[in-house]
Amino acid sequence: MKKVLVILLLATMGYYIAGSYFDIGFGQPHFVQGVKPVKDIYLAKTVKPLTVSNAVTSIVVNFRGFDTLGEVTVLFLAVTVLGSLLYKKRHAVGERSVLFSASSIVTSGSKLLFPAIILLGAYVFIHGHLSPGGGFQGGVIIASGFLLMLLAYENYSVSHTALSVVESLAGITFAGVGLLGFMHGGTFLQNFLPVGVLNNLFSGGVIPIIYIAVGFKVGAELTGVIYTVLHEKGQSNG
Amino acid sequence: MIYFILISLLLLLMIAASVYSIAQKDLLYATMATGIISLILSILYYLLQAPDVALTEAAIGVALTTIIFVITIRNTVRMEDETDKKEKFKSAVK
Repeated sequence: MKKVLVILLLATMGYYIAGSYFDIGFGQPHFVQGVKPVKDIYLAKTVKPLTVSNAVTSIVVNFRGFDTLGEVTVLFLAVTVLGSLLYKKRHAVGERSVLFSASSIVTSGSKLLFPAIILLGAYVFIHGHLSPGGGFQGGVIIASGFLLMLLAYENYSVSHTALSVVESLAGITFAGVGLLGFMHGGTFLQNFLPVGVLNNLFSGGVIPIIYIAVGFKVGAELTGVIYTVLHEKGQSNG
Repeated sequence: MIYFILISLLLLLMIAASVYSIAQKDLLYATMATGIISLILSILYYLLQAPDVALTEAAIGVALTTIIFVITIRNTVRMEDETDKKEKFKSAVK
């Protein structure tokens, strides 16, 4: 009985999803050639009103900015659930995170590399509208820098308060910029700043602000994930 | 021509690494093989002119996912256990 119900439910869902797919009509003439296809509008608007060099960034942050907000929310929810599941199984603060201490070559080498990795991550998300990369990539690079320090030093600790403050401020910045665009132009995440000259650092309106906020948010979240997982009490760790 | 040879070589390596990661009983080696798959995939994305996706794949697939798997293996068991998979699954679900 249960299995029949499950199969019926899945069949109903599949029927409606397939129906909506057939309604879209991929490959139809008005989708491909028409008066002005969507891809041509995006590529033309990237250069002319927005003056962004990287077309991927202009689509991700401007034309599809609401989807990016959803993505950031999904990541935030995943991190929150992970933290709440592992909270009780954590070591006490100040306990070691790795099984044995690394040699002095590893510790001094990672101390030298850490600022360079953080700088690379910041470069990637500040120049997100000029070169490949963006908030997500830069945030992950910053988190991997913190991972290096956590693996090299057994007592290296990251302040959870600072992480949560950075993450919340970045999220508020993203949503606030979107709401300001709503007040200014009538749609969420509408561009309200001057767009500047193509290929300049200060160009693209609100896109650099949003990507810097996303970079801080993703970096703080993933650093929190690594810190939480690394300090979990395991079987072999005792 | 050399482009074609390079891409097919990378794809063959990728297939070999995925077969190895499925067949290997030592989970640490299998995790390393999945890291190699992500690395080759990011090179392929770069060759197909998608540097944004290549950067994401290199940062997340190679670094973060591999590290989280390694930490999980450290906190659980390293060797894959073949005996009574169904029974273990049932007891884990309950």
